[in-house]
Amino acid sequence: MSWGGRADVIGTGDGAHGRARWFAAMLIGMDDTGVITVRDLRRRYGSKGGHGFDAVRGVSFSVRRGELFALLGTNGAGKTSTMEVLEGLVPPAQGTVRVLGRDPFRERALVRRRLGIMLQEGGFPPDLTVAETGRMWAGTLSAPRPVAEALELVSLGDRSGVAVRSLSGGERRRLDLAMALLGRPEVLFLDEPTTGLDPQSRRRTWLLIRELLAAGTTVVLTTHYLEEAEELADRLAIMHQGRIVRAGTPAQVAASQPARISFQLPAGSREPVPELAGTRVSVTGRSVLLQTQDLQLTLTALLGWANSRDLVLGALDARSTSLEEAFHAVAASADEPINVNRNTEDVAA
Amino acid sequence: MSAGIVTMSRSRQSARRFAALSRAEGLLLRRNRIALLNALLLPVVLVYSLKAFGGLGASGSRDFGAMLVTGLTAFALLLAVYCNLVTALVARREQLVLKRLRTGETTDAEIFAGTAAPAIAVAWAQIVVAAVAAVVMFGMARPANAVLALVALVLGTAVFALLAAVSTVVTRTVEIAQVTTLPVLIIPFALSGLLVPLATLPEPLRSVAQALPLTPVVELMRLGLTGTTAGGHHLGVAASFGAAAIPVLVLAAWTAAGAWAARRWFRWEPRR
Repeated sequence: MSWGGRADVIGTGDGAHGRARWFAAMLIGMDDTGVITVRDLRRRYGSKGGHGFDAVRGVSFSVRRGELFALLGTNGAGKTSTMEVLEGLVPPAQGTVRVLGRDPFRERALVRRRLGIMLQEGGFPPDLTVAETGRMWAGTLSAPRPVAEALELVSLGDRSGVAVRSLSGGERRRLDLAMALLGRPEVLFLDEPTTGLDPQSRRRTWLLIRELLAAGTTVVLTTHYLEEAEELADRLAIMHQGRIVRAGTPAQVAASQPARISFQLPAGSREPVPELAGTRVSVTGRSVLLQTQDLQLTLTALLGWANSRDLVLGALDARSTSLEEAFHAVAASADEPINVNRNTEDVAA
Repeated sequence: MSAGIVTMSRSRQSARRFAALSRAEGLLLRRNRIALLNALLLPVVLVYSLKAFGGLGASGSRDFGAMLVTGLTAFALLLAVYCNLVTALVARREQLVLKRLRTGETTDAEIFAGTAAPAIAVAWAQIVVAAVAAVVMFGMARPANAVLALVALVLGTAVFALLAAVSTVVTRTVEIAQVTTLPVLIIPFALSGLLVPLATLPEPLRSVAQALPLTPVVELMRLGLTGTTAGGHHLGVAASFGAAAIPVLVLAAWTAAGAWAARRWFRWEPRR
């Protein structure tokens, strides 16, 4: 097992090239934010007429060099459909996509060698062993790292003689990740990389992804685990019904939902709940729920009010917003796009 | 290291990717016992069926060796190339292997060729074995025009590999392949001239037979190996090129149509 301190192993293949390009971009004042840029991407399944299905309905965002950008959303939100266009597997129905400055579909031959792609589901012949799979995949890459090294990155070194069909779901996921890392990619696409992993393997995968980021790799990730996005993402977007409905840093997206304070008024209390600035109040019997954008201000005012009237507030609970609440609010909402971007003008709905 | 990679030519990299894929596919073929057994039993089945029907035997036992090689070429193209490849492509598609391969640097053509290579290698090995057996056991004479036999083999392989790609469009699972491959197996074989000499067919049927993909392969093989036309006329080398024109054109047309249809309809991932 060797999960820590391998900056030498992690580095992307043409690190020197990458750095040179980066410096060149700095010197001539090029916009370095756009390792990936997506403008008004649309994707449609089925016929062009009324019987088709719009999986992606006008999505725009960009991913900066060296950051991790996460796409969140319920099943069918359009995450994988978006990823497949970025990966160059299919052309967009409309809109433009640039990866490393090129069209990933039409200029596949130029872009691909710099990408690592981990699909949502495996795709290796079940009758090959782990080592044979690695040898095959390495044989198709221009500048692969040694197979043993890639397997070691995901702790599969001791399973190299085992047939893929005999691996556990989590081990297959790790083999997938190892193959995506085999070409020392500059840009890594991970579609639900930790699905089926036990908590320990998930933590280790997070550690590995962080090391890759530290070494300069750009990562686009989809996940169903909100704590995974919170843990890893520099910026994220929540998709719903083919559109981006929230985007920003994890903290910004979380803050798009109001904070909540709930309590119970004492039995027999006749005091009306005060009107507090910027606060929505809902009262059900004795239970009161306050929703506010400024938790501290509202909470201070509330407690001051209760003190001045000698009220004991039962079951008092105050919670700041979380990504999870923002996510569930989106999943429950209608399909209207809500633009909550602050300071993220390049991440637009 | 990276300097070496830059100087490595495009075709060498392509050959490297092709080799890596065909090596893996070859490993899988060797692990599939039933497919291998089929490949080994094929020559035996062929010899018996030819003795039983004897469609080609009409021109005399002197040409039995050539007949054996011609018949085995047809069988190899149908079973070892076409059937094996439909099964292999459908299996890799349903296992998401084709989709995964497309996420790498490998081109679509390399993926197809790499997957097809072991099946084609088996087919050609069977034909070589049959040719050696024909010379040693039946005293087959030197081919009248070896170029035509080679053209038949190469174009025939291309046609049936492409037909396999097209057949995967209507083949959802490996099991269904046993049914979906039947039309291409039966119709071209029945009218190939191997079972019933073309000359004995009534007219509209004879023209149809000549337009099917296996008939020109059989005609070219017979022409190349023995210098004999379907009608039984012996030709010299120069005249045999002339007689080969129409079968070669038919095969070229099938190749073009197969390539077009495969590009148009081939699916790289399962239907959802």
